[in-house]
Amino acid sequence: MDLGKSTFRGYKRENGRIGVRNHVIILPVDDLSNAACEAVANNIKGAMAIPHPYGRLQFGADLDLHFRTLIGTGSNPNVAAVVVIGIEDQWAKKVADGIALTGKPVSFFGIEQHGDHDTIMRASKVAKEYVQWASERVREERPLKDLWVSTKCGESDTTSGCGANPTVGNAFDKLYPHGVTLAFGETTELTGGEHLVAARCRNDAVRKKFQFFFDRYQEVIERHKTSDLSDSQPTKGNIEGGLTTIEEKALGNIQKIGRKCVVDGAIDKAEVPAGPGLWFMDSSSAAAEMLTLLGAAGFAVHFFPTGQGNVIGNPILPVIKLCANPRTVRTMSEHIDVDVSGLLRREMTPDQAGDALLDCMFRTANGRLTAAEALGHREFVLTRLYESA
Amino acid sequence: MIHFVVHDENDSVGVVVVEGVKAGQELTGWIMDQDKDLRVKAASDIPIGHKLAIRALAKDSTVIKYGVDIGRVVAPIQVGEHAHVHNIKTKRW
Repeated sequence: MDLGKSTFRGYKRENGRIGVRNHVIILPVDDLSNAACEAVANNIKGAMAIPHPYGRLQFGADLDLHFRTLIGTGSNPNVAAVVVIGIEDQWAKKVADGIALTGKPVSFFGIEQHGDHDTIMRASKVAKEYVQWASERVREERPLKDLWVSTKCGESDTTSGCGANPTVGNAFDKLYPHGVTLAFGETTELTGGEHLVAARCRNDAVRKKFQFFFDRYQEVIERHKTSDLSDSQPTKGNIEGGLTTIEEKALGNIQKIGRKCVVDGAIDKAEVPAGPGLWFMDSSSAAAEMLTLLGAAGFAVHFFPTGQGNVIGNPILPVIKLCANPRTVRTMSEHIDVDVSGLLRREMTPDQAGDALLDCMFRTANGRLTAAEALGHREFVLTRLYESA
Repeated sequence: MIHFVVHDENDSVGVVVVEGVKAGQELTGWIMDQDKDLRVKAASDIPIGHKLAIRALAKDSTVIKYGVDIGRVVAPIQVGEHAHVHNIKTKRW
């Protein structure tokens, strides 16, 4: 596939970023505000509430990450406008002020001294204006470099390592030279292959930062483990699928960054990349957590290779699933966007598989709903660093 | 027809990519990096996605896949035998 002159049709946002979806989201600051957010989304058709269970009595780096993730989610170019609701005004204002830096429409409401009824009424009036305004935004033709593409795999098995993950790697190798912004992560799932990622880093500074994030996670594991991680990494699903050790899983995982891409930078959880290229994001390997962090970092389309069949989606980030396991493709076909099982029958080359994924990427960017979107998968899971105060 | 794939010709294991492999079955493998064929007789029933040894592996030796160390052998594995958590362990945790 010649990507030289390839374009997609996206929504240009006030800050210049390009989105491929046009969501109006109703974003709770905390668990207490979920009910009001869901009521607003029920009142106003086309608005989407993104409920979650956290936001009270967090502090320090954990609270910083909470705000960074919420502000990042609202700032994502797939989001046209945002209504923020919190139990009180101050933190709601903090989140709204962060999102307002993008220039997009955002309003906030605090429930205290109003109650749910009055808050829902006032927020619904604003949400209606936003939805009608968003419905008049039009897609425009944009160069490929304006697309931000992330990857993370899930319910991996050995077919991920020899089929679906190298397909993502092939696509990444083709996207990279065109100045696309790309990301991967899953810090613990690089264990056993971290030396291979370190060797791919652009320079010593990037390598040092990557190693810092990797070592930081190893310390968390050392501090909290009761025996070893053999019951969690690989997961029971991974083992059922034939993966035996974390090293084997890591090597399969690393296939996703292809053979030519250089790791241009390393970023913290939900941090926005500073430019084009391939970025490593420190992150949990739990699918919903990492996709939430990638959405908050501003990614617009996601490649999700699966072996045994993870069914995940995300409220704002379209998740394209690809699979090389013929049993999964047969038994869970409604979840799979790109079937690359032909690779393992020698009926498809890695190059053809990569092109099939890129074809699906352009269709998704242009507006086609992914399987996860059509099925209503909106898993939004905030990463916690430690317990609440 | 391909029954299993091998990433690299120096690997110790391949991955079964069809359902229903039975002990005694003659299997054809494809070494992906070098684009070569390989024949092995299955020594166990092996589920799809699981590994078989393509060379004999002694206890405490290292298992190679993708040309890289993926763990240590904890019980000897014969050619064509199912290679998984019962005879391979991580070296990490």
